[in-house]
Formats: sequence, structure tokens, C-alpha cells
Amino acid sequence: MIPDLGRYVVEVTLAYAVSLALLAGLVGWVWLRGQRVRRELNAVEARARQKK
Amino acid sequence: MIALLTRDLRLAIRAGGGFGLGLAFFLILAVLVPLGVGPEGRVLALIAPGILWVGALLACLLSLDRMFALDFEDGSLDLLATAPIPLEGVVAIKALAHWLTTGLPLVLAAPVLGILLNLPGPAYGWLVLSLLLGTPALSVIGAFGAALTVGLKRGGLLMSLLVLPLYVPTLVFGAEAVSRGAQGLPAATPLLLLAGITAGSAALLPFAAAHALRINLR
Amino acid sequence: MTTTTRPSLWEYANPVKFMRLTDWLLPLVGWAAAALVLVGLVWGFFFTPDDFRQGSTVKIIFLHVPSALMAINAWIMMLAASLVWLIRRHHVSALAARAAGPVGAVMTLIALFTGAVWGQPMWGTWWAWDPRLTSFLILFLFYLGYIALWSAIEDPDTAADLTAVLCIVGSVFAVLSRYAAIFWNQGLHQGASLSVAPGTRMDWAYKAPLYVAMTGFGLLFLALVLAGTRTEIRARRMSALMTRERMQA
Repeated sequence: MIPDLGRYVVEVTLAYAVSLALLAGLVGWVWLRGQRVRRELNAVEARARQKK
Repeated sequence: MIALLTRDLRLAIRAGGGFGLGLAFFLILAVLVPLGVGPEGRVLALIAPGILWVGALLACLLSLDRMFALDFEDGSLDLLATAPIPLEGVVAIKALAHWLTTGLPLVLAAPVLGILLNLPGPAYGWLVLSLLLGTPALSVIGAFGAALTVGLKRGGLLMSLLVLPLYVPTLVFGAEAVSRGAQGLPAATPLLLLAGITAGSAALLPFAAAHALRINLR
Repeated sequence: MTTTTRPSLWEYANPVKFMRLTDWLLPLVGWAAAALVLVGLVWGFFFTPDDFRQGSTVKIIFLHVPSALMAINAWIMMLAASLVWLIRRHHVSALAARAAGPVGAVMTLIALFTGAVWGQPMWGTWWAWDPRLTSFLILFLFYLGYIALWSAIEDPDTAADLTAVLCIVGSVFAVLSRYAAIFWNQGLHQGASLSVAPGTRMDWAYKAPLYVAMTGFGLLFLALVLAGTRTEIRARRMSALMTRERMQA
């Protein structure tokens, strides 16, 4: 299934691997930050409601 | 406005360091580069225009953060903002004062350092001319960067990060004019573009800088 | 202006509308982006023929062109959002500009990296001070400065204002730098690979997956910006609530 990349195996796979890693890192960062902020906001809102 | 200019000039000279610091930095850079690159005259002649321009740029950067910071801390910037002269004018005057105390000495010192760096003979005129045309842009762009970061505690490093990319066109055209002059090629085009950048930044950036100052003073 | 006198207006009305919209829009865009990026890249990587001159390195184009496109478009979007913020004081717009910053920076990084890897076998060098490469490197520096300024200023409205001003001035200088770089060194980089002009230089075998990947990257950018904006809205609501808590205590 892996296509024959000829002389440029290293270059092409490197480009794909690093780019996908960067994209995954970006998506993961946005995702994790979103989750963390959402969790913290829920906690703060719960506290605010309790006080009322 | 004249009063503001003389005040700034006097402060810059008297405050100790601010005036000579950029110049000393420029000198040190011109000494360090041959020590790092090696004493071969041909190599130095080739890179001298670029080194001198980068040196002038970094020396300018060095004294930028005190442009508004001192006035911001002691509150005189608030006074200036409410003064009858427009804040845009204040920014322009401050940039002019910065240029007179930093840019102009650099222009005058550059030929001497050119000798140290084995700059070819025909390039001296172009060097002085390009620095004369280009360094005002460095001061005005720097004023914008200083206005953006004036409210920050550790603004100096951040300001370098903001200002240096903005310096790219000035640097490219300035150094290009000198190296073309050094090779005896016509250098009028980069010089004209450089002058255009200076004129454009001097005309527009005070407005952006004044806006940034107003936001920071809010 | 209503926003400065009544901060509650934006705090609840506009962002709430935005949140309600993105509640269903974000998953849609996100999954579409994931599907298209996957299809485009898998198609590009596995099912395209080698170019007679460039060999298999032609496959890098499916990463390089879309990321370069989005690197520039992200900045343009930031510029538009900054202008909207400065003129209309629409808070979601400022937060969207903030969310776009890191995404654009990563896109620029991908474009630079794939370009370097591609340039190595094609031009015989990892890096050349070619105008396009240089402009992209400078663009990356602009992104870094923009992100750094956002994170350095504590007051959110001041940060939004100052970064918006920086974005506008930076756009002018980025364009100037681009022309300076062209002037400075005529480059190795080939012209635009895709053009509307007659005599298109690329075969459909490459163009089809490339368009898919480009659409995918565009949607991915949109999804990431929407998600980031939602996070920023939540973060601001949180800090508002926490300030109120401190004031009551």
C-alpha cells in the first residue's frame, strides 16, 4: 500500500510526518485549552450560583 | 513644541548613558564583527554595508524603550496628552528628539566605522546618504513600538520582537543602496524607496503611535 | 458607545448568540475539515503519480500550498477582524483575531518546513534567501510579535486595541517587506502553481486532490478559530465572574 517514493522517501515522509505532527499539536492545544477553560468556567459559575 | 524638543534633548544628554550608549554599542559591534569573521579585507568589504546597517538598527533599538517610559512613569505623559498640542505632534517631536540623539550621531560615526570594516571607497557617500535617509524611519517606527509597549513592566524585549520585523524594509533598502554603491552600480532606486518609507512612516505612524498611547493612558 | 458604558451588553448578548451559533456549527465544520484534510492528504500521498521532473517530492505540494494559502489568509482575516473591532467594538471579533494568531503561525511554520524539505532535493539547499521564503519567515516573525503582545497585556480591552493597531501597521509593513524581498533577491521559487490565467501548468491528477486539501485546510482554520474564539469568550466570562467574586468578598 505504501507508494514507491523513489529517491525522495526521506523528504516526502519527513514533510508529511512533521506537518501532521504540527497540525495535531495545534488541534490538541486548542482542544485541551478549550476543555480546561470550560471546566474552570463551570467551577466558577457553580460557585457564583451557590453564593446566590 | 520647540520647548518639548529642547526638553527631551536636554534630558537625553543629561540623563547619562542615553546619549552615548547607542554610539558605544555601534562601535563595539563594528569591533566585534571583524573579530568574529576574521581580519580578511575582502570578506569585510563585502559584508560591511550590511553590518553597518544592522549595527545602526540595533543601536537605535537600544534607546527606544526610554522614549515614552520615563514620561509614562512620572505622569508627564498624561499632561502631554491633555496639553493643547496634539498627541500626534508629541510623538513626532519625541521621535525627532530620538533621531537627533541617536540616529544623527550614528550617521556621523558610520564613516569612521566604515574604515574599520574596510568599506570600499565609493560606498562612503552612499552609506552616509542612506543612513541619513533611513534612520528617521527607524526612530518613527521605534516610536510606534515604544508607544505599544509603554504600559508594560518588561516591555523592552517584547518591543524588540515587535519593532524588528517592522525594520525589515528599511534595512533591506538601506543596505542594498550601500552595497550597490560599493560595487559602483546605480543606487538611486533603493535610495528613493528608502526615502519613500521614511516619508510614509513619518507621515502616518505618529497617528498610530498616538492612538496606541491614548489606549495605554486610558 | 454602548460597549464602554454597558459591558454587560456584549458579555451576554452577542457572545451568547455566537455561542449558540457555533454550538452546532463547530462540530459540523470540524468534521468536514477533518474529512477533507484526510481525503486530500491521503489522495495526495497515495494516489498521485510522480512528476517527471520532481519525482515523488511533488506530493509535498498538498501540504505546502494549502498551508501557505492559509498562512496568508489567516493574517488577512486577523486584519479584517481587527478593523471590525476598532470600528464597531464587536468583542467577538477581537477574540476571533486572537484565536487566529497561533493557527496562522503554525500554518506559516508548516509552509516554511515543507518548503525547506522540498527545496532540499529540488534546489540543492534547505534554505535559500529567496523572496517568497524570506517573506514567509518575516510573516512568521509578525505572527510571533502579535501573539506575544496579546499575551503580554493583562487588560483584555487594551490588549485587543493595541494588537489591532499592531495588526494594521504590521500588514502595511508585511506587504512592504514582501516587495523589499523581491527587490533584494530575485528568487528560485517557481511562480504560483495555480493560476486562473490560461495555459494552466498543472494536471488535474494533482489539481483535484490539491483543491480538496485546500478546502480542508480552509475549513480546518475556520474550525480552529471558532473553537479558539469560544475558549476566549469563556475565558473572558470567567475572569469577569472572578472579578465580581473578588469584589463581593
